[in-house]
Amino acid sequence: MQDFGGAFSLAFSLVLSADPSLLEIILLSLRVSLSAVLLACMIGLPLGTLIAMARFRGRSVALVVLNSLMGLPPVVVGLLIYLLLSNAGPLGWLQLLYTPAAMIVAQTVLIFPIIAALSREVVEQLHTEYAEQFRSLSVPTRQAAAALLWDARYSLLTVALAGFGRAVAEVGAVIIVGGNIDHLTRVMTTAIALETSKGDLGLALALGIVLLSISLSVNAAVMALRLTSARFAYA
Amino acid sequence: MFPRNLLCLLSIALLVSPVTAAERSILLQSTTSTANSGLYNAILPQFEKETGIKVHVVAVGTGQAIKNAMNGDGDVLLVHAKPAEEKFVAEGYGVERFDVMYNDFIIVGPPTDPADTDGSRDAEAALRKIAETRSLFASRGDNSGTHKKEQALWKDTGIDPTADSGTWYRETGSGMGATLNAAVGMGAYTLTDRGTWISFRNKGDFQIVVEGDSRLFNQYGVILVNPARHPNVRKEDGQAFIDWIRGNKGQQAIADYKLDGQQLFFPNAK
Repeated sequence: MQDFGGAFSLAFSLVLSADPSLLEIILLSLRVSLSAVLLACMIGLPLGTLIAMARFRGRSVALVVLNSLMGLPPVVVGLLIYLLLSNAGPLGWLQLLYTPAAMIVAQTVLIFPIIAALSREVVEQLHTEYAEQFRSLSVPTRQAAAALLWDARYSLLTVALAGFGRAVAEVGAVIIVGGNIDHLTRVMTTAIALETSKGDLGLALALGIVLLSISLSVNAAVMALRLTSARFAYA
Repeated sequence: MFPRNLLCLLSIALLVSPVTAAERSILLQSTTSTANSGLYNAILPQFEKETGIKVHVVAVGTGQAIKNAMNGDGDVLLVHAKPAEEKFVAEGYGVERFDVMYNDFIIVGPPTDPADTDGSRDAEAALRKIAETRSLFASRGDNSGTHKKEQALWKDTGIDPTADSGTWYRETGSGMGATLNAAVGMGAYTLTDRGTWISFRNKGDFQIVVEGDSRLFNQYGVILVNPARHPNVRKEDGQAFIDWIRGNKGQQAIADYKLDGQQLFFPNAK
């Protein structure tokens, strides 16, 4: 295929030219997916911690459900959110359809199970380790949860990154609730889908390379943050 | 390391930054064929400059565009499936349907032309040959305007290709671009509109094998979504768009849009 070499040089020149419409698309991708990760963490971390620490009837059922929700198909999430936010739907009065806010909601729904399920795993392992200490010192549950989350923070960062990766890479949900509207709701993945449908495979691939570089930068930034704070912690 | 107030600040910055602009705008539910061909990019800036109304285009298949408009998720509908559009108006979802422009459908295929259709002006005969030789044919299969036209053409031949779905007749269930990519990839014939074909960048060695049949006429219509049914419809701004695109300036802008020296759409508003 002649497209590969061309795509790499095109990706390079796209980034170097700092094309304003491309920048707009990149920034929206980041804004939508980072917001979704933040919201998903606000829901997912407490939920994961709760399930990790609590013992209740039907807990294994809850675990199975939560774990399978990690495989939610984006297009189904998109459809559900569309039906809710549509003017014919129950939440139509919010007027959120075809806005970045709708895309944030869709991605949040998509990834909060990932955050909850993975953080449950992480926190539960730590909890088994700490349980006896907590009991002997009779630490209140709330405080114990905070201590667990704090001590697991580096693993939880990886959990958040897994959620971010899923959010920034999906196209099925955002294309339905966002509509891929130019200068309004077009993100990297929907732009790639659009260029593919125009048959401009070289440009589509180049955008794909740019998207990968963004994921790489976000991951590198988090890694750097982690290393710096670890150095401070042991200094 | 993550001070809580910093986190809060970050989340507020991410969520609250301009999500909705206070500008005048309308939402246009339209088809991939008009958007992908670059028509809107060429003509909408003129309208926006004259009226100050921004047009946000959602480009999907005609079937989905009509469905979205039925749900009130859009102010104006611009699609190409006249019977479905008239039904939309008759059922009270739209105010009135107007012709805007036309182009034509064509059948494209591999250069080897296994069904020997080349140069034909008879779409019906070509489809019959494709079916008889069981040559690969890629169908949209997505209830779009193009798909509806294809179904009507097959109906004229008296052949039911869906009986062979999965063998030589392949329903991609995707948009025009994805279907063209698939057709080129597997060497299948397919029906497409001329605008999409001219602007399509992955033609490979594919050629037009059938064109010029009067049955391949492709009419686009515009409809204001009924504000009586959906009160949120921005009727003044939507009507302004319809008046503009049917008026002299809009019609001229459509005629002026050319790609590789070829006119893609022909204005015919009455």
